Amino acid sequence: MSVLVEKADLSLKYTGHYNNVKELLFKNSSEVLNAQRNKAIQDFVLQGIPTRKNEAYKYTNLQPQFFPEFKFIHQKENVEADLNVIFRCDVPQLSTHLNLFFNGWYYDKNRETANLPEGVIFESLEKMAKNKPEIFQEYYSKLAKTGDDPLVALNTAYAKDGYFLYVPKNIIVEKPIQLINLLQAQNDTFATQRNLIIIEPGASVQLIICDHTLNLNQYLSNSVTEIFVSENANLDYYTLQNQHNNATSLNSVFIQQERDSNVTTHTSSLHGGLIRNNLKIILNGENATANMFGMSFIDRKQHVDNFTQITHAKPHCQSNQVYKNVLDHESTGVFSGQIHVIRDAQKTNAFQKNNNLLLTDKATMQTKPQLIIDADDVKCSHGATVGQIDEEALFYLRARGIDEDKARLMMMNAFAHEVVQEIKVKALRDRIDDLVEKRLNGEVARCHECAYNCEC
Amino acid sequence: MEEQDQILNDVTQGDYKYGFVTDIETDIIEKGLNENVIRTISEKKNEPDFMLDFRLNAFRKWQKMKMPNWAYLKIPPIDFQEISYYAAPTQKPKYESMDEVDPELIDTFNKLGIPLEEQKLLAGVAVDVVMDSVSVKTTFKEALAEKGIIFCSFSDAVQDHPDLIKKYLGQAVPVADNYFAALNSAVFSDGSFCYIPKGVRCPMELSTYFRINAANTGQFERTLIVADDDSYVSYLEGCTAPMRDENQLHAAVVEIITHDRAEVKYSTVQNWYPGNKEGIGGIYNFVTKRGICRGVSSKISWTQVETGSAITWKYPSCVLIGDNSIGEFNSVAVTNNYQQADTGSKMIHIGKNTKSTIISKGISAGKSDNSYRGLVKVMPNAKNSRNFSQCDSLLLNDTCGAHTFPYIEVGNKSSIVEHEATTSKIGEDQIFYCNQRGIDTEKAIGMIVNGYAKEVLNKLPMEFAVEAQKLLQISLEGSVG
Repeated sequence: MSVLVEKADLSLKYTGHYNNVKELLFKNSSEVLNAQRNKAIQDFVLQGIPTRKNEAYKYTNLQPQFFPEFKFIHQKENVEADLNVIFRCDVPQLSTHLNLFFNGWYYDKNRETANLPEGVIFESLEKMAKNKPEIFQEYYSKLAKTGDDPLVALNTAYAKDGYFLYVPKNIIVEKPIQLINLLQAQNDTFATQRNLIIIEPGASVQLIICDHTLNLNQYLSNSVTEIFVSENANLDYYTLQNQHNNATSLNSVFIQQERDSNVTTHTSSLHGGLIRNNLKIILNGENATANMFGMSFIDRKQHVDNFTQITHAKPHCQSNQVYKNVLDHESTGVFSGQIHVIRDAQKTNAFQKNNNLLLTDKATMQTKPQLIIDADDVKCSHGATVGQIDEEALFYLRARGIDEDKARLMMMNAFAHEVVQEIKVKALRDRIDDLVEKRLNGEVARCHECAYNCEC
Repeated sequence: MEEQDQILNDVTQGDYKYGFVTDIETDIIEKGLNENVIRTISEKKNEPDFMLDFRLNAFRKWQKMKMPNWAYLKIPPIDFQEISYYAAPTQKPKYESMDEVDPELIDTFNKLGIPLEEQKLLAGVAVDVVMDSVSVKTTFKEALAEKGIIFCSFSDAVQDHPDLIKKYLGQAVPVADNYFAALNSAVFSDGSFCYIPKGVRCPMELSTYFRINAANTGQFERTLIVADDDSYVSYLEGCTAPMRDENQLHAAVVEIITHDRAEVKYSTVQNWYPGNKEGIGGIYNFVTKRGICRGVSSKISWTQVETGSAITWKYPSCVLIGDNSIGEFNSVAVTNNYQQADTGSKMIHIGKNTKSTIISKGISAGKSDNSYRGLVKVMPNAKNSRNFSQCDSLLLNDTCGAHTFPYIEVGNKSSIVEHEATTSKIGEDQIFYCNQRGIDTEKAIGMIVNGYAKEVLNKLPMEFAVEAQKLLQISLEGSVG
């Protein structure tokens, strides 16, 4: 097959592969997961791999990312990994329940979840889907619809493992649960991860998700997470993305919030070839609050695309978004944010802010903030800016004897800090502040004990 | 609250004043669209070959295009074969004086408040009147000619100034720019042409008045304005149509080209028939308006007040090619009942130090949907460019919608682009404040809406501003639920 034909029919490669490994996919997997697969792959064929013609992917063409000959892992491989040997999270004084994922698969060998409060379940999705099909029947694929997004469709077709988190009623998990997603393989690898989180009324939990690559192969990870937050529950969801230039990270997070619930999501994209974060939240009960924060510091030819969609389905809810990007070299940043207030969702407060700094003439920023408002008694606003550091503020600092470079650094630091300060876990906050400062000083911003001291 | 609703009802019943039909002899060609129709139009207008080629080229491209569906609009399918593409008040040899003009026609325009008799005109406005997309009368033509200004109907321009038309037609809006622009390029029947020579400041406002009269026709007019070096012109456009139960299509193209240091100010008060309270009838208004600031330090500003049309699809744009050029867009868009509007602006920064401003005020009432859609694009070479956009939406009840879809693309570090948008309703405290001071709710809302739109209305030439303010009152006053 010629290259041209292959490009045109790129999605066929993925459907063809599906047919080849079908048996493997169905084997050992829960019926609830299997029931979705055939429809999912059909939905994927209908939608294809997104190109810029797809309005939701207008500024991110995913075709080239799907082009390499990836190896798939459809069965759990035996990895005798010792977390402490191959990876050490270097965030000082960060005390968490630590869990390890390899290429999308959950390895409980290294888990530190023994001290989780009673009733809290943190387990492999593959295992739990088989043990508790009734729960999966009720929740699985209910938010992430295969007909709406090709990435979700592809994920649902291939999904085997990931994690399942369940926090029972009124349980407060004090220590954050940390997830380390590692990509390490001998070949270029396509990783699929599927997660499900259910938080019962009055419960509270913090999640810290760290994405890393451990060697320089081409990686594509396609993860989908569905989160159900019940009445008066609380979720903090932090993501730290730190991969390398050949890695493509596609994350889709779907959250449904009930009455009086509180969700904060926080995404720090520090490094990665192409990062696409889809975040869709439905406020499905009165007085629910969603805070969404995001920050990226990227350089070279990296590409970060934050896509958010918040639906105010019930009255008296609040949502708040702050996304900031600092773009160096030839990097490209994208922000698409949509606030949708449906009819009758009165007394809504919805705010959105997107600020971007371009550091070079070759960096580009594309932003697409949208408001779709069908109720009248609302306060909704969005603001987006692309530019440089405020010259007047710079002058103010220089008038006080601070040299220009230093003043610029201070300003940029402050720019990022507005987002960083929203992290409630102090150790993590300090760490990211530190990383930002290092990056601004020209030092490479990654976990400095990364086993790979690579230059990319 | 009930009282307020009552007031709302009373005032929004404010009927469309311009819905009458003029009984006048009209020359309408058969319904349908094919190459023969285009040849017929071209023949009727006695056009040179280059125009026919232009039309046929556009038509062939149009046949390959699909109707766009990206706008936040529900557009019922349009059967392009069910429309007649040429309708004109029966053409006589040119009117030599007012006495020869059909009295019905003079009456019509008097009723619309656009007197054709020059002595009665408001001082300083020259009008080109277009009925069913054929220009019937251009006033003050001679006075303008003394200054070297060409202001005439498009057909006259094709006959008298073919070189200029050849040079500039399709420069700002290429034939295949979009579906409706291509359609217009193929079948446009008339419009206005305006050329301001070097160094001339046009002494009066130029104005085109569009009127749809015939039934089952579409209106396709084309306006071309060229401002040579160091010139200035302010241009106004107004439009109305009779009330009919079927929808009529209006697909116009406006092109503006400014050379070095020239300035064009284009103002529109769009008041096509919006359909009745149940959303039946009304004009489908699909308009492509684009200005090219070709010269250095040139300026184009669009100001629009959109109150009519069942569906509005319109994005007046500026392509800022010349260094230091400036683009402006000021808009008030009002939708009521079942109207839908998807309107906004595109600002493409290509030259250095280019500046643009977008101020958009949307007001929605009834069961209408009102969207702002805009693009600000800064090319990598457009160093030190600046854009500021502000899009505010006011919702007057809980059954309407207001939407904002801005696109911002920035390709260099020295440019600054800012965008902000807010959506809210009229504050109860604001109304209460007015009530307290003895201003009844109806007037208070009128005041608040007017205050809200003032920023844009202030940009309109005086006579237009008065008309626009009245229009706003008719369309909306008191519609807070």
